[in-house]
Amino acid sequence: MAEGHQKSSMSYKDVNEDIYGIITRSGIGYYIICGLFGAGAAVLFILPWAYQIYVGQGVSGLNVPVFWGIYLVNFVFWVGVAHAGTLISAMLFITQTPWRRAISRGAETMTFFALMLVTLFIFIHMGRPWNFYWTFPYPTQRQLWTNFISPLTFDVFAIGTYTTSSIVFLYFGLVPDLAALSHTASGWRKKLYEFLSFGWRGTDAQWYTQNKACMFFSAFIMPLVVSVHSVVSWDFALSLVPGYSKTVFAPYFVTGALLSGFAGVLLMLSIMREAYPVMKKYVTDYHYDRIGLFVLVLSLMWSYLTLMEVVTGLYANTSQEIEHLKFKLATPPYMQLFILMIFCNTVLPLVYIVRKVRGSVFGRFVVPVLVLVGMWLERYLIIPNSLSRKFLPWMWQDYAPTWVEISISLGTLMMFISMFMMFVKVFPIIALFEVKEDIGVPMKNRKHH
Amino acid sequence: MSIFSKVKDRLEDLRRPGYFKKYDHKFTMVIDLDRCNGCGACVSACYAENNLPVVGKEECGKSRALNWIRIERYVEGEYPDVKVKFIPVMCQHCSKAPCETACPVYATYHNQDGLNVQVYNRCVGTFTCATYCPYDARRFNWFTYKREKPLDQQYNPDVTVREMGIMEKGTFCIQRIRAAKDRAKDEKRALKDGDVTPACAQACPTGAMVFGDLNDPESRVSKLAKSPRRFRLLEELNTDPSVIYLKRVMKDGRGTSEE
Repeated sequence: MAEGHQKSSMSYKDVNEDIYGIITRSGIGYYIICGLFGAGAAVLFILPWAYQIYVGQGVSGLNVPVFWGIYLVNFVFWVGVAHAGTLISAMLFITQTPWRRAISRGAETMTFFALMLVTLFIFIHMGRPWNFYWTFPYPTQRQLWTNFISPLTFDVFAIGTYTTSSIVFLYFGLVPDLAALSHTASGWRKKLYEFLSFGWRGTDAQWYTQNKACMFFSAFIMPLVVSVHSVVSWDFALSLVPGYSKTVFAPYFVTGALLSGFAGVLLMLSIMREAYPVMKKYVTDYHYDRIGLFVLVLSLMWSYLTLMEVVTGLYANTSQEIEHLKFKLATPPYMQLFILMIFCNTVLPLVYIVRKVRGSVFGRFVVPVLVLVGMWLERYLIIPNSLSRKFLPWMWQDYAPTWVEISISLGTLMMFISMFMMFVKVFPIIALFEVKEDIGVPMKNRKHH
Repeated sequence: MSIFSKVKDRLEDLRRPGYFKKYDHKFTMVIDLDRCNGCGACVSACYAENNLPVVGKEECGKSRALNWIRIERYVEGEYPDVKVKFIPVMCQHCSKAPCETACPVYATYHNQDGLNVQVYNRCVGTFTCATYCPYDARRFNWFTYKREKPLDQQYNPDVTVREMGIMEKGTFCIQRIRAAKDRAKDEKRALKDGDVTPACAQACPTGAMVFGDLNDPESRVSKLAKSPRRFRLLEELNTDPSVIYLKRVMKDGRGTSEE
């Protein structure tokens, strides 16, 4: 692992100070930006949502065949963004991939906040969100139970399991870091770290237990990488709607989720590196190289599955499937969106074939943003678009989001950013102990593995 | 009987929403398209009977009309040689309904009469049933719809007024079915053919709609269902709908295609 070398001159103390610096040292500008995003979230998300709850779902652009609009698009999109965290923390942990260490905490944090938005969008798209708890199988006097053959009930369990295990995994990783930082920190942070680290002293027995726990949770979460988004895809694939009812959906959604998730991690790291130049010591070109390759491979897989999705429809050759494909691929606004999606997700990531591009500004900022846009469009072209052309032509109806839907989508994105920025100010965004593992034990081993 | 087939039977029972081996009744509607002239009386009768809100021009333009039954019109050909086809479509009360598997809270299920019923109070509004419905028969309460002062006297007291945020659909006038069953029970007899007539069938001037119990071999629907003109909408989807259409026969002796 030659790329680990540049860190070997650092001591543990440097690492502690660097990362504590990320937490504490930032100007008033940072807090102003964070506050603006928070205020934006309140105005653009909370107020329109309150309006929607008060007046009814009619304020959205939904209509009779198109009952699922961009709320569901956002829901699937954020589940996708949440996926990279799981992959990085679980799969790459078990395979002991060295480049996950510096980026794992950031990715897990993204997973955590993305899952918060996922849950929110389930509530936002519901007609009577105040009754959300009816979807849980809780004991009730009226002996009502949930319907276990409904894909939405699968969803409740899949996303519930996923959220719980992601939070636990994130916290397990944080414990040794918080203990280490509590020596450096002062004020309320010191108290918080001391409380949250639960008297972690770094004894061999504690490290052994922590490692065992992380191993166990990695093995536990690994199937979730595949299962959660498969279950989300079954919301659609288990129906009869042309454009939804396809067996290719589970792998298609999982691949798309990982593609958007890795693009999200890439973008997040690039922005963090600009905001905190000290991170450049930890997140190096080597990381961009590896993540870029991952995005490239996932994009190729995604392109293949997109082709298969279209071909499956053509092969079925029912009049409904053909109408659906005509609408998606050959009707003006959607045709252009489809071409844009193919450009963003298939053509553009091909630039990562060139090693230099993976570390360039273009590769670090422009490509991930456009991949995220493309992945959002993919969901848009599947969810409301398939419903626009269902079986009986009399009921065909187009859909366009209203200002309420667009405002809530933007507002939740702002909420995501502001919450992430606040998290960075409280918890270490780089896993201290994992980075220290990279450096190796001081004094003992100066010649690296 | 081997243990394997016992388990298999049990699992098949569980797959059937409502868990009934055989329904007490299998309420069915037969719509004779040869008699239907597309007047729309069924639609307005449904509005009056089931407390459907009238949502106005603008909302209808957004395809949000709350009509439980609609008359679909399809025009074929250019002006001099034009053919217009129409077909009344309502909730088909599928025996294997896609909507029933979809609801996470059992707000929609199959009852012992073979009807697909919607429990308004249980609905949380996930839209899944409506998305899964191949006939687009389900309607959503986008807003709270209220009738102004004297008009609220028109409400049918036998039918719930639905609140904002829930799904609804055609019921085959379940309130009339319940009343007829009660009456039959009071008179200590079984429900007989002709006891129940939904509002749409009652209003139909040409008598194109016939309603009855398919389990009763002597009922009118059982006889009509044997017609060679019989077809069901989107039958290839294997939803097993309870509404049976009889094809319209054209001058040249051919039946109109079923879309």
